[in-house]
Amino acid sequence: MSGLIVRSIGPACAIQDLGRTGLLANGLTRGGASDPTALYEGAALLRHAPDMAALEMAGLGGTFVANGDLRIALTGAEMTATIDGNPAHWNASHALTDGAVLTIGAARRGTFGYLHVGGGFDTPFYLGTRGAHLSAGLGQLVAVGDTLNALPDDGAETGLHLVPEPRLDGGKIRVVPSMQTDKFSDQTRARFEATEFRRDPRGNRQGMRMDFDGDGFHATGQLNIVSEIVVPGDIQITGDGTPFVLMHECQTTGGYPRIGTVLPADLSKVSQAPIGGTLRFEFLTFDQAASIQARANASLATLRRVVKPLLRDPATMQDLLSYQLISGAISATATDKG
Amino acid sequence: MTAQTLTSDQWPQIKTVGLAGILVTFSPVLSEPANRAAIAFRAAVKDQNWAEIEESNSTLVSAFFRIDLAAHRPEPIVERLQDTLASQDWLNAPLPDGRTLWRVPTLFGTDRAPQLQEAADLAGRSVDDAVHELSTTTMRALTIGFAPGQPYLGTLPDHWDIPRLSQITPRVPAGALVTAVRQFCLFPYDTPTGWRHVGQTGFLSFRPWADEPFALRAGDEMIFDPVSPTEFAKIEATVTDGLGGAQREAIT
Repeated sequence: MSGLIVRSIGPACAIQDLGRTGLLANGLTRGGASDPTALYEGAALLRHAPDMAALEMAGLGGTFVANGDLRIALTGAEMTATIDGNPAHWNASHALTDGAVLTIGAARRGTFGYLHVGGGFDTPFYLGTRGAHLSAGLGQLVAVGDTLNALPDDGAETGLHLVPEPRLDGGKIRVVPSMQTDKFSDQTRARFEATEFRRDPRGNRQGMRMDFDGDGFHATGQLNIVSEIVVPGDIQITGDGTPFVLMHECQTTGGYPRIGTVLPADLSKVSQAPIGGTLRFEFLTFDQAASIQARANASLATLRRVVKPLLRDPATMQDLLSYQLISGAISATATDKG
Repeated sequence: MTAQTLTSDQWPQIKTVGLAGILVTFSPVLSEPANRAAIAFRAAVKDQNWAEIEESNSTLVSAFFRIDLAAHRPEPIVERLQDTLASQDWLNAPLPDGRTLWRVPTLFGTDRAPQLQEAADLAGRSVDDAVHELSTTTMRALTIGFAPGQPYLGTLPDHWDIPRLSQITPRVPAGALVTAVRQFCLFPYDTPTGWRHVGQTGFLSFRPWADEPFALRAGDEMIFDPVSPTEFAKIEATVTDGLGGAQREAIT
């Protein structure tokens, strides 16, 4: 069985997948990857299913030694990566031969980077899936000395690349009206849309606080709202008028009013926004939101079509080291021998 | 812009929740009939196995149906929900079958539940009278939520409408029975809380290692039987299944 041995690891790295459904009535939200789009991209690069488990790395990766030959892919927040000291492209798939050392550094753009292996990681199941749900006590952070085994890999192709859906720099976030949107006045909603927010350092897999200048945003009769269902993407307004975007590991109910819900297709943009990165919210109508989301779902399902071989253009071939890495299927040592 | 309200201002109201599903709310305020209606209506719709509904849940006063609204138009589903709403008077509907009553040995007060005296004072009762009331009221799991398996239990008599603490207690242990606003919460983990810690149990409503990880469903009932410190110590020393010596019986 092939796998990765963890030599060093960032402080917030855990196995994630598309989350566990069906437990809402038991008080457990879906959880799963903070940037599910990255899971689809990794799956497209490795030509496996999107529900395969990957390693989510918040801010900082780690050093991993290949135990056996493996295929890997790197997606999500762009991190500095090397294989045996040679730079490895992000948003690409690569071959790791037995004993190869993969080093993933700090995020250069975005927050959550993903390391995928061909076939997906074969870590234990907790209530039906492998993804860690740390606030519920399911699974744990990856630690030095862990071995992350891979399931059998049907594929062989590496050296593939895709241009990801842009989502690492904040920007415009589309919002769907929700059950409590009408508890906010038109003026408050207009001011909410006109306000430039910054991602506050106080943010995690449960929720992201939005920092801003000026007055808070208040619902009418805010104190009298009965606790109600929470779904990922809900923008709740706390007592002091501050918005929090609730993320995949949020609670299932909450007593703060929700001004709207981030379009699922834009939630990864909130996850990935760097601390201090600016965000602006824009309301869609329900119908606009449903059709945009349907198109986004369709394009996720057909991501494989946009995967291309890494180009061997003269500009990159001038650098032999990265040429060898870009070609992917051939390791530096194999080329030397050949 | 806000086309999310799908019915008139009358109750019950039907609304979309983002693109995540449809919510049927029975009342603007928490009441026993509205909570019962939410539980009963959710169960009735669940039994009909509609293809669009991926899962469902009941909150304090609402039934939530998770539906991919990017794939399914809400209007036809709302029509069927309205038909089901019209099929009976949900505010007078019985709770669904298959519920469980749990009797949970509970150590009230002592240094294990140090806010009993304060809570009794706020309720205007002696400690003995308070323990009598807290331990003889049959409490319903109004909803399960916030943390996995965590019940909100109601409803205590009016004089237990006591406020939350102004300063949060940084940590109460798993199994803590806490109260505010005529309700109990029973925590599955060590947690900070603004509710007053009046009893300690060994009952964990979420046991991820167990065959049946979630002990409670919305609509289940609980009675917190008082035990002495000696009895409680014996339970803690001998019971290892995470249920703290609780006994269950089917509600018929």
